[in-house]
Amino acid sequence: MKFGVVVFPGSNCDQDCFHTLKDILKQKVDYIWHKDPSISGYDCIILPGGFSYGDYLRTGAIARFSPVMKSIIREAKRGRRVLGICNGFQILLEAGLLPGAMLRNRNLKFICKYVHIRVENNNTPYTKLFSQGDVLKIPIAHGEGCYYADEDTIKKLEKRGQIIFRYSDIKGEATPSANPNGSLGNIAGICNEDGNVLGMMPHPERSSEGVLGSEDGKRIFESIIKEGLWV
Amino acid sequence: MSKTAKIYVTLKKSVLDPQGNTVKHALNSLGFKGVQDVRLGKYMEIKLNGETKSSVEDQIRKMCDKLLINPVIEDYTYEIEDE
Repeated sequence: MKFGVVVFPGSNCDQDCFHTLKDILKQKVDYIWHKDPSISGYDCIILPGGFSYGDYLRTGAIARFSPVMKSIIREAKRGRRVLGICNGFQILLEAGLLPGAMLRNRNLKFICKYVHIRVENNNTPYTKLFSQGDVLKIPIAHGEGCYYADEDTIKKLEKRGQIIFRYSDIKGEATPSANPNGSLGNIAGICNEDGNVLGMMPHPERSSEGVLGSEDGKRIFESIIKEGLWV
Repeated sequence: MSKTAKIYVTLKKSVLDPQGNTVKHALNSLGFKGVQDVRLGKYMEIKLNGETKSSVEDQIRKMCDKLLINPVIEDYTYEIEDE
């Protein structure tokens, strides 16, 4: 399998993603500079976390118009896998590949800590190695991760199984106190209707080796690898 | 000829504004007991080429729809002024 990690000016989790894929999971992986319009040859594209374009205007609002995004939008609609992590999730929302928007965290603070998330749907290329209800220990690091969408959109997401992860306590209860940022429905990650585009605020690349305190995020990448090549 | 567009961006009524709430509480605690609600937004000033007000309006609306505003969470109004 071959992964492509997109680098925008201001990305800062690109190297973590690259390291996880290359050194831990022994996969082929390239960096893709955001001005490179071609993404051919990659089975999965990763939009990493960071502060693309300094978060100016709105998070992800300017990165969304980078040359590489045109190909990513086209290819995502053809079914190629695209995983947006943190700022990558924000870019996917701005690009319209996923519904909704991000608001500032309810407590107005930048939150950087381990949280727990519950797997809501294991029938996606990103979660196929999990069981529904599995709880992952995984870190978040964001100032604008309060997921918002109108009521109709939330209902549609629920109905179609597009909510993939919810913030929960260690037992898997999605309680208000387990919600770090005020996201509607404790939403931590969603996918598109076809399931090939996933956006998530927590960082699987920061929880893929024991030395970092958790290996739970690794299963997400292993799921993508298990899914296999994109044809 | 150039004109100046003043664009006011606000969070939609349905969207909670935690910054506004915090400012409201600060004002209340400073003795401004009559303050009932505060909503914070953004202000943008754009100087641009344009002969007529309507041609400038057209451009501004396109800019807002394409980049400046996220219609999921934000509303906007604008004024056009002669330079």
